[in-house]
Amino acid sequence: MVEIKTEDKATLETKKFAEELNLETIWERYLAQLPQCGFGQLGLCCKNCNFGPCRIDPFGEGPKVGVCGADADVIAARNLLRHTAAGAACHSDHGREIAQTLLLVAEGKAKNYTIKDEAKLKSVAKEFDIQVDNKPVFQIAKELALKILAEFGQQEGELTFMKVRPPEKQKKIWRENKIMPRGIDIEIVEAMARTHMGVDNDYKNLLHHTMKTALADGWGGSMVATELCDILFSSPKPIRGKVNLGVLKENMVNIVVHGHVPLLSEMIVEAAKDKELIELAKKLGAEGINIAGICCTANEILMRKGIPVAGNMLQQELAIATGVVDAMVVDIQCVMPGLKEISKCYHTKLISTHPKGKFVGMEYVEFNEEDALNVAKEIVKKGVENFANRKKELVKIPNETKDLIAGFTTEYIHYMLGGKYRSTYRPLNDAIRDGRIRGIAGLVGCNNPKLFSGQSHVILAKELIKKDVLVVETGCAAIECAKAGLLTPEAAFEFAGKGLKEVCEAVGIPPVLHLGSCVDNSRILTACCEIVKEGGIGNSLDELPVAGAAFEWYSEKAIAIGWYFVASGALVVFGTPFPVTGSKNVVKFCTEDVEKITGGKWVFEPDPIKAAEIMIEHINKKREQLKLKPMMYE
Amino acid sequence: MKKIKIDIKKCVGCKSCEIACAVEHSKTKNVFTAIYEEPLPISRRKVEYTNGIIISDACHHCEEALCVSACMSQAMYKDKDGTTQHDETKCVGCWMCIMVCPFGAIKRKEKIVVKCDLCRERETPACVESCHTKALEVVNL
Repeated sequence: MVEIKTEDKATLETKKFAEELNLETIWERYLAQLPQCGFGQLGLCCKNCNFGPCRIDPFGEGPKVGVCGADADVIAARNLLRHTAAGAACHSDHGREIAQTLLLVAEGKAKNYTIKDEAKLKSVAKEFDIQVDNKPVFQIAKELALKILAEFGQQEGELTFMKVRPPEKQKKIWRENKIMPRGIDIEIVEAMARTHMGVDNDYKNLLHHTMKTALADGWGGSMVATELCDILFSSPKPIRGKVNLGVLKENMVNIVVHGHVPLLSEMIVEAAKDKELIELAKKLGAEGINIAGICCTANEILMRKGIPVAGNMLQQELAIATGVVDAMVVDIQCVMPGLKEISKCYHTKLISTHPKGKFVGMEYVEFNEEDALNVAKEIVKKGVENFANRKKELVKIPNETKDLIAGFTTEYIHYMLGGKYRSTYRPLNDAIRDGRIRGIAGLVGCNNPKLFSGQSHVILAKELIKKDVLVVETGCAAIECAKAGLLTPEAAFEFAGKGLKEVCEAVGIPPVLHLGSCVDNSRILTACCEIVKEGGIGNSLDELPVAGAAFEWYSEKAIAIGWYFVASGALVVFGTPFPVTGSKNVVKFCTEDVEKITGGKWVFEPDPIKAAEIMIEHINKKREQLKLKPMMYE
Repeated sequence: MKKIKIDIKKCVGCKSCEIACAVEHSKTKNVFTAIYEEPLPISRRKVEYTNGIIISDACHHCEEALCVSACMSQAMYKDKDGTTQHDETKCVGCWMCIMVCPFGAIKRKEKIVVKCDLCRERETPACVESCHTKALEVVNL
């Protein structure tokens, strides 16, 4: 039996159903891999060329260099740069697809999508030096889309979001240290080129480029995705939702959307409203069509449409084990090929939709933006028709759901704190200065069977809000805390410290704010910029009393995200280190030296309670350096 | 008597057994911290490559152990369960055992020596557990 450290009853229950049917899930597959390769874990394995594969003996008896002569520092740094490039590439492609869709919409070629937030379109267009007065909306959209797409292929200069949004001092730090990205794709391509044998063999140089590549993600690809999705699908506002496997209904057709890009999930939600499809469902004995989400795409349609969240990415197999998922529609990233195994026992239809993301044994229906709604209806129809194939004896839905509030964004905070006529961040800055709010912590990222299968996010969040730290969350971490009931205003009364409780009560917010999907981590960057702009709490992002953690990371995307926050001046905690600990120098750079360059640094701490202490200590140190008032209720 | 057998057809030379052995005989028993210990832990097992054959080898726990006869202080001894064991407190560091072992299975540890102890405190020896191709297995002879 596998020990799962989560306290989420739905996960534990459905895991048992799967075990009773002898079905393997991620937990069994993880155990089978133990003990994992020491060389891999330490980052001392290099497979970049045919002189190898090479490994360096961490215990000093075997070789200290690879065949080409690269030592542990070079090998670990090269591997880290490639991981960061892979993560940045994912977000970059995601942003690129949204930008391409914006162009199609502007040219009238993607009639199922439209510009929902004209005001945001205009304000972003102005940032790109586009005239907006007396210009038709589609013309503005076309010019913006073309300018943004150009930045993906830009060869020199700087990214507009990095020129316009961060404080001057921040830009100075990047420019002086030569880590200001020139374009979005170029840094990723150069990362691959540099890590070829015999190019960059200076670990510090490799790590500098790691930061540059990551910055081109956070302030580039990810930010493009966030901003353009707000423009196309509407800027989120606080919205009620429900989370956990209990949102799946026995009496309805259940279609689960899984993956990342809302181009697909938004259309599935629309398609499910089709009268003919609902009729078909009713004819087959269902009461209607229920759409639920898993992983980041769930967060996107939750933030904008309040669609229920079945779970986070660690529960993707368990959702199928409820027996009531008639179709699971996936696009890209974080979709486990292992889904195929568990779906063999159930009637669930697995449907992949992206030419970039195919799975052997999964039905493939190619999604395209030009004919989006029709393709979405075709997919929903397959799910509806599959309702007839349910195996009644395998239906076991755990009775677990929690209410949650999501939908917080950088822009909404202005309105939330000041209303329509006096929109401002002032109350937030004042709360921090006066000592009601100690600082802000970002808890983001994945869940990992290696660590706590998600429980650490709940532990961390509770420790932080107990000490008056306002917590903002994204991704699977947000879904996990939502499952524990922390994303409700009532949670402030139960778990928050006195100062934070007062603020939550005054404004009417939960102590943990859901900012969206993983590309929406860019919202944390822009919110930090607003805090600096409002004044009184530092002149650059590294001076802010903030800290971040992607405690249970699994994805290379998390490495990229962590690096763009470190490169922007933040402290970032990972529960297990990325594979570099075989090189003492690389570890020292990440955990100490980088602080002298950007003001940010990495912390690797496997105990969530200790991690919370480290984050709070860091926030306290920043408060001291800013000479802020002592905490009000300490 | 329990012994560790290797199927050389299955050994791919990945050295997972070497790492597992060193970590098992470290103070912190965690690969991330073991590499920072002073002194560094030592693997009792070695992956050798000769004449195109890869083999992971350690002490064979010989019935008539040459190291036991060579030992001047009775630090090397045959235990009741038939395994050859080493008592660090009695070892004077003469290294005669290293000279006589036909398999080169004994290693220097600062002034004294170390060798495979068959991980008797574990359910399965660390090297066997770590072998991903099941080349190493415990057999009862």
